[in-house]
Amino acid sequence: MNKQKVVYAGTVIVTFSFIAALLVALVLLAIGASPLQTFKTILTGPLSDVFGVTEVLVRSVPLLLVGLGIAISFRSGIINIGAEGQIQMGVIASTAVALALPGLPRIYLLPLVLMAGALAGALWGGIAGWLRARLQVNEILSTVMLNYIAAQIYTYLLRGPMLDPNELEMGSGTPQSMRLPDAVILDYLVPGTRLHTGLILALVAAILVWILLWKTTLGFRMRAAGAGAKAARYAGIPVEKYLVVAMLFAGGFAGLAGAVEVTGVHHRAIEGISSGYGFAGIVVALFGALHPGGIIFSAAFFGVLLIGADMTQRTARVPANMVLVLQGVIILAIVSAQSFLRNPYAQERLLRWLQGLLPAALRSRRGAKP
Amino acid sequence: MSASLMIFNVLSLAVPFSVAILLAALGENFNQRAGVFNLGCDGIMCMGAFLGFMVPFTLKAGPLAAYGNLLGVLGAVAVGGLLGLLFALVTVTFRASQGIAGIGLQMLGWGLSGTLFRHFVGGVTGVEGIPTMPIPFLSKIPFLGGVLFSHTPLVYLAFLMVPVSWFLLYKTPWGLKVRAVGTHPRAADTMGINVNRTRYQALMLGGAMAGLAGAYLSLAQAKMFSDDLVAGRGFIAVALVYFGRWSPLGIMGGALLFSIAQSFQLSMQVWGIKFPYEFAVMLPYVLVIVVLALARKARQLGPTELGKPYNREMRF
Repeated sequence: MNKQKVVYAGTVIVTFSFIAALLVALVLLAIGASPLQTFKTILTGPLSDVFGVTEVLVRSVPLLLVGLGIAISFRSGIINIGAEGQIQMGVIASTAVALALPGLPRIYLLPLVLMAGALAGALWGGIAGWLRARLQVNEILSTVMLNYIAAQIYTYLLRGPMLDPNELEMGSGTPQSMRLPDAVILDYLVPGTRLHTGLILALVAAILVWILLWKTTLGFRMRAAGAGAKAARYAGIPVEKYLVVAMLFAGGFAGLAGAVEVTGVHHRAIEGISSGYGFAGIVVALFGALHPGGIIFSAAFFGVLLIGADMTQRTARVPANMVLVLQGVIILAIVSAQSFLRNPYAQERLLRWLQGLLPAALRSRRGAKP
Repeated sequence: MSASLMIFNVLSLAVPFSVAILLAALGENFNQRAGVFNLGCDGIMCMGAFLGFMVPFTLKAGPLAAYGNLLGVLGAVAVGGLLGLLFALVTVTFRASQGIAGIGLQMLGWGLSGTLFRHFVGGVTGVEGIPTMPIPFLSKIPFLGGVLFSHTPLVYLAFLMVPVSWFLLYKTPWGLKVRAVGTHPRAADTMGINVNRTRYQALMLGGAMAGLAGAYLSLAQAKMFSDDLVAGRGFIAVALVYFGRWSPLGIMGGALLFSIAQSFQLSMQVWGIKFPYEFAVMLPYVLVIVVLALARKARQLGPTELGKPYNREMRF
């Protein structure tokens, strides 16, 4: 891609993001909040001190992991909306393994716990992949349904078999598991904050995903299956197989995100642990142009947004659900901008329309340029 | 409890339960027949449910209190149509990928209804809702009267929409246009049918019906609003369209099957048959996946251009 094209694509995306921001501003006006003030709080509030920055990074770890998995699946032509459920499955499996083998030394137990989380997420995602590959079940619908199913399994386990016995004794009845053994708790990167070594793990994962997608045969075939299933099939690539593989990866990363959340942040399985990371991960992946490099930045950016939204809830009393509105509008804006960029005819038409808006003197000058 | 009373209980619950997914699925059928796959249906239902609740809630003490429910329903229909218009702009004019755009719309509707609700209302509050209106004479028929004719007006409207949408799709010029642009947009375009306009119309109608479905949930079924009131019914509605093979009658069958399963599960709890509550809630979602897996052979019956944006300027 040449430089001019990048600048042009950038302009289009910025324009669409601006329209998205305007839409959100309208909503903010409707609930009586000042849009500029709210945007300012969301974007600068979290970065005003060191603690805020570390909290942003804490949020961006699961976003990055989930976003990476979703990028793999989108690139392979299968749309994974099920990260929310895959995270919960990852949390369950990693917590169960950690609680079942408390005596094991850290060097064995920690990798085992993280792998259990990834495996559980991968299996949960793999169900949707298999259903799509073998039974042509629309993966968007099946992953959404699997989210609801996972949420119920998760609450059932937390309130029943996995409930902390102390909670029963004390009678407070908070649905949460026992605290994980110290051997699996991730170290803190900055003392006095919640920032944990999961950040390094997530960054390494980003590099590995880049290698997987662009430097291995497997990645090439997955991208080929996603770019054009028909052509890929003619080239002898079993597209269906790679759909399942892509969902295994996507689910695996979401499950890993769950395992990292539980070992790094909460240290036990609690209700609402996935807290929308699965949905935000979709936006993170799209915003990062489905590329690990971009996803690192967009995960950080959405980390800021999530923390900022919490802050506006406290200071400006804008409900935190606002983040969902923001994410929804951003998705609509990004997919619109993308397909606009892919469509030369629409661009030409817009250019003509813009020229029509210009004063006559300028128009002749612009018209001279082909 | 006698067996016939048990069946009566299950069925008389199932009919009102089916209304929300029936209305939304009939609307989604128009979208899909026109070739657009609208996953934002769930988000539209959230906004419809919110407005359906909000309008009578605000007018409660005012001079318009008597018309609160009616205005709420109309507001829900209007907001549904508007969100359908937004989705049409994104997927028809900008030709964005429909699956992802639908998820965007779902998040938008879900988040927006929650945000506005928390700002304007705050906690859990009920509304009076729409009262039941037993149909004279018919409701007196033993068994059938209670099952079919003792509900809110919206229930009758929803079941009336089944033949109406069949008529619209198969017996009117507009329905022919809708089916044409969903099956072979280029041929339709060649014949002078405005593909984009037809898709816009279908999306707005589908959105309005999803909005109505939402209003039914908040005004007639739950008589309250909360973030998780819709709980994925919009997605179930999308799945029902597949299951019903894009025919209004099939969709009605599917909606009834789902609601019978749901009310059976509720009745079992009333009868004291114990099993974890979470598994009961999970049931409809599992059923959707099973239904989708079984419905795969029906795909040839569906609109062939489903999910593909149409670009009249594109050459092959």
